[in-house]
Amino acid sequence: MLNTDQFIELYRQMVTIRRFEEAVWELYTAAIMPGLAHLSIGQEAVPVGACAALRRDDYITSTHRGHGHCLAKGARIDRMFAELLGKVDGYCRGKGGSMHIADQDMGNLGANGIVGGSAAIAAGAGLSAKMRGTDQVVISFFGDGALNQGLLLESMNMAASWKLPAIYLCENNQYGEYTPMVSVTAGADITARGRAFGIPSFTVDGQDVLAVHACASEAVARARAGDGPTFLVCNTYRYRGHHVGDQLRAYRTREEEKEWEEQRDPIAGHAEWLISHNHATPADLERVDADARREIQEGIEFAKASPFPPLEEVTEHVYA
Amino acid sequence: MSTLEPRPDELHAAVNGRELTFAEAIREALAEEMRRDPRVFLMGEDVGGAGGVFKVTEGIQAEFTPKRVIDTPISEAGIAGIAIGAALTGMRPVLEIMFGDFTTLVMDQMVNQAAKAYYMSGGKLSVPMVLRTTMGAGRRSAAQHSQSLHAWTSHIPGLKVVIPSTPYDAKGLLKSAIRDNSPVIIFEDKMMYKLKGPVPEGEYTIPLGLADVKREGQDITIVATSSMVHIALSAAERLSEQGISAEVIDPRTLFPLDAQTLISSAKKTSRALIVDEGYRRYGITGELASVITEGAFYYLDAPVRRIAAFDVPVPFSPPLEDATIPNEELVVKTALELLGRR
Repeated sequence: MLNTDQFIELYRQMVTIRRFEEAVWELYTAAIMPGLAHLSIGQEAVPVGACAALRRDDYITSTHRGHGHCLAKGARIDRMFAELLGKVDGYCRGKGGSMHIADQDMGNLGANGIVGGSAAIAAGAGLSAKMRGTDQVVISFFGDGALNQGLLLESMNMAASWKLPAIYLCENNQYGEYTPMVSVTAGADITARGRAFGIPSFTVDGQDVLAVHACASEAVARARAGDGPTFLVCNTYRYRGHHVGDQLRAYRTREEEKEWEEQRDPIAGHAEWLISHNHATPADLERVDADARREIQEGIEFAKASPFPPLEEVTEHVYA
Repeated sequence: MSTLEPRPDELHAAVNGRELTFAEAIREALAEEMRRDPRVFLMGEDVGGAGGVFKVTEGIQAEFTPKRVIDTPISEAGIAGIAIGAALTGMRPVLEIMFGDFTTLVMDQMVNQAAKAYYMSGGKLSVPMVLRTTMGAGRRSAAQHSQSLHAWTSHIPGLKVVIPSTPYDAKGLLKSAIRDNSPVIIFEDKMMYKLKGPVPEGEYTIPLGLADVKREGQDITIVATSSMVHIALSAAERLSEQGISAEVIDPRTLFPLDAQTLISSAKKTSRALIVDEGYRRYGITGELASVITEGAFYYLDAPVRRIAAFDVPVPFSPPLEDATIPNEELVVKTALELLGRR
């Protein structure tokens, strides 16, 4: 059970991710950030609720839409921004960028540019934990787009067969890039795919950080106890397009977007809950938001001031 | 190819007269490394109880238990990913992919994940894993079980590629591969598993990136890989009967590549011929010919020649299959052409 400080911490993390992503939008559209930017605005409750169930030495694998996972697993804002701008102080010395942030010290085995590409890597980390005799667990984050990658099913099969401490967490944001999930995904109930392997499988309200945290905590406990994997399908929504450049969003209606944003926003929902349960006042939450904005601003300044990597690093780190 | 004999000129060290097959040498390397380092473990299809389809891992599970010799489902991409995840988190997996043809199924995991983790993370994440797989035609196994696809992975920065030709080399190189902190892929010619050769008792390793002169000569350089080394050595013997002294060099690893040894030999002999069982086009022979041409152009008396597998899917019918594989006759003929003797 969480205490007041922890409830507020969940709020702080969600607000931080949102402000971070909003800043990424600004940096990208101002042509300061190169490459591609996949924002997770609207999905904040999933990484925050899930990672709050983990220890620092537990692992995650992440996706191309992974800024929230990194931050929720403990990444520093300033080094995140530095990586996004390709600077030497970034988590990967500027060599990974937005889609490849990894931080071993925080158990982050890396975001991934291949949809579903880290599903088996997560299971391998689980196998490793088991072989090394630790009780570490791993959460594999992936989107609904990965549901139809064979690798995910291969990995779930082995995790179930070998009772690996792996949690398969699908962030179902309803769209795989520009295609509605329901139009390309067979079977009305996605969790049936997990149950087919004998994996306990649940649908979770991904806009409710406490619901995500509760389900993730049960899954983590099951994994630590040696009882194998869990499959969680967290229903959520990305408010922005597939990436910053996807501004038309012709594949969905403005009404649908409005409904999610106005009626199911994870941050507004948790704020309401905190206030109505006397864990915080509106003024407390405003302070949290102001602190987050300041931290984001400082992080951007740090990243802008950081130099690009020296050219001689281009041939370094090819072989360990 | 099934009549390959180990040759005395392969000897490198005092060997106490002991001989092992190629498969036994690999098995011994695996067992020694597993005894030395508890992080090393094996996984793959039928590697445990069955001892592998080519019996390379026979008896290993009995010594090390199913916990360290894991029989996997037939899910090549999945087991490659599992090996990568284990390697990222403190283990040193040795993954077997039964047929080299099946490495096509692990390409995303090896090329986009294993090969790039260290670089993409700026040197934080490393993937100390070995992927053992097979190559080579001649087993009447047709187009999906006979290819030599070592060029594919040699193309990828971040991967190391080992291609041993003798039991001695196989053991020493595999031990180095297991101790390496980068992902290493080893291609073993399945037609050589029963090939016998000297392997000394006791510990030794062979560094990756060191070519081996299998036979010294003055008149022509033959660079050959894997089982083609034996064809080259037989051809060299026949050439010597005609008074031609051929030098046979085995690069042993395609990356890192010991370019200097190849170039130095070509400078000495002024003529070079490359023999490799991969496809000819855009392949190993083209790359090695280019390395030699760039490094020794002004010393060469003739264009570098190359012999590779036919650019066709490997056919089943035995006479057709045999026609696609480089052979001793062709090596001799091409060498004579290079020397202006026909």
